[in-house]
Amino acid sequence: MSTTELVLRLALTAAAALIATGLYGALSQQSVVMIMMGLELVVNGLLLAAGAFWWAGGAPVVASVLIVVLVTVMAVEMAMGFAVALALYRARQVDLTDDAAELAG
Amino acid sequence: MTALVAVVGALGAVAVVTGLLVFTVNSMARATFLLLASFVAVGAVLIGFGLGYLGTVVILMMTIEMMIMVVFMVMLMMNPAGLMPMTMVHNRRGSWAIALVVFGLLTTGVWLVPFPTPGPAAVGDPTLALGDALMGGQMLTMMTLGLALLATIVGTVAVAVSRR
Amino acid sequence: MVLAPGLVLVAGLAAGLKAVTAGESPATPAVETLRLLGKQRRRTPDDDPGLARVGLALLPVAAVLALAVVPLGDRAPVDLDVGVVWFNAMEVVAWFAVWVAGWGPNAVTSLAGGYRVLPLGLAYEVPHMLAIITPAIAAGSLSPVAIAAAQQDLWYAVWMPAAFVLYLVSVAAMAFWGPFAAPLGRDLAGGAAAEHAGLDRLLLLAGRWMLLTAAAAMAVPLFLGGGAPPPITGPDPFPGLPALWFGVKLAVVLGLLLALRRAVPMLRMARFATLAWVVLVPLAVAQALVVTLVVLA
Repeated sequence: MSTTELVLRLALTAAAALIATGLYGALSQQSVVMIMMGLELVVNGLLLAAGAFWWAGGAPVVASVLIVVLVTVMAVEMAMGFAVALALYRARQVDLTDDAAELAG
Repeated sequence: MTALVAVVGALGAVAVVTGLLVFTVNSMARATFLLLASFVAVGAVLIGFGLGYLGTVVILMMTIEMMIMVVFMVMLMMNPAGLMPMTMVHNRRGSWAIALVVFGLLTTGVWLVPFPTPGPAAVGDPTLALGDALMGGQMLTMMTLGLALLATIVGTVAVAVSRR
Repeated sequence: MVLAPGLVLVAGLAAGLKAVTAGESPATPAVETLRLLGKQRRRTPDDDPGLARVGLALLPVAAVLALAVVPLGDRAPVDLDVGVVWFNAMEVVAWFAVWVAGWGPNAVTSLAGGYRVLPLGLAYEVPHMLAIITPAIAAGSLSPVAIAAAQQDLWYAVWMPAAFVLYLVSVAAMAFWGPFAAPLGRDLAGGAAAEHAGLDRLLLLAGRWMLLTAAAAMAVPLFLGGGAPPPITGPDPFPGLPALWFGVKLAVVLGLLLALRRAVPMLRMARFATLAWVVLVPLAVAQALVVTLVVLA
């Protein structure tokens, strides 16, 4: 295995671990804010993977465009997530997903 | 090249460990700080790969995002300080199982798939190349992102504004 | 290696100058430093000292890292091709450090002070970012060295005055200083610094002056032509001394900031947020648009 391949696979392994960690957080946490942190970690892993592919793949410009897309996705996710959390809090005074699932509120 | 192996390994490990710690510490302030540390480590790896602009932008943007996160954390969370340790988790075992299966599948793929790796290319200025692409061949992507951000601005204000 | 002590020295001189304008002895900062060094740190019940210490140490470190990409004369200590973005990223890290330092002691006034940094930072980051991007657009480069070199015929402070004024105002907000000192406000008994004593307090207060000085130093390559003499003086009377010109211009920028502090009263939180979002952001966008159109024409 060449060094390039080793670096790529190391980075992708770290990216996979970040994605799995974020998935665990998003699935297990009850607080809306913490769920958001889990989703951010997933995108963090994707950022790392895109950077690794850019470096190892002969610097294709689409990989760096993908990073721009991912950063925008993160901004949109944060903004929409917190808008919904705020609306939820205004309506029910809850910040935990389990409480929000109860229809009576 | 071998230095890069060490840098990617070390910073990747830092990113993963701080990412894991985000969900184990009691205090929200520590959680946001650790999440930021994870992002800064990934930003540093991007800079190490030669993506100076994008790596710096990741550090810049994520610090601002964590500040926004803190604003909402203090606004909404019932126990942001972690002074009374408590767990706010559900279905921990199932979540771990799903996460580990995903990690196993992804890692197997990472080490088995033969990636075409022409290796680092001697491009001129990656920032210039990115700008050229966004204002040229990838113009459609840029326009879509712009529209998505506009829709987000309108949508968030519409959802979050007080109706009283 | 001389960067950090140099920044401490210049920041100390600036603080001394401020003490003079406030009617105190010019030695006040030095005396205060020695006094704080001799005092013990303070702990509060149920605090988070680890996090607070990380934040307090991060503030001066971020200021030095921000200064590292600024050309002090004609060369920067670290000549980064994306120096402008790096500089901004380090300023933002400094805000996060102040928030964490305010959170750490687990006390009301301190937490409220740290929390005030967040709306202040979020409101002034947008005009600040646009103000530093405008010279970069005109020069066609994100490197401060290249931006300074592009001003041989005309200073950007003359060509884009709105961006220059916006930069100065947002720098004061960046360093939560002068009219924007609400995070350390007297109404909160010192805000984020309220519960810190000894070395902790010194790091926070000195770190703020270092951040302000580093940001003032960036104004020289961005708007005042870097280490070159003013274009109107003709031949350089001190050839080969770019660091001298840099020093003179840095003193002028710090003087302007001190004048701003004297002229503008302390702003209320709601006021400065409104000012930023309603007045400064549209102004910054308009300035960037004008510069872009001129560059493209």
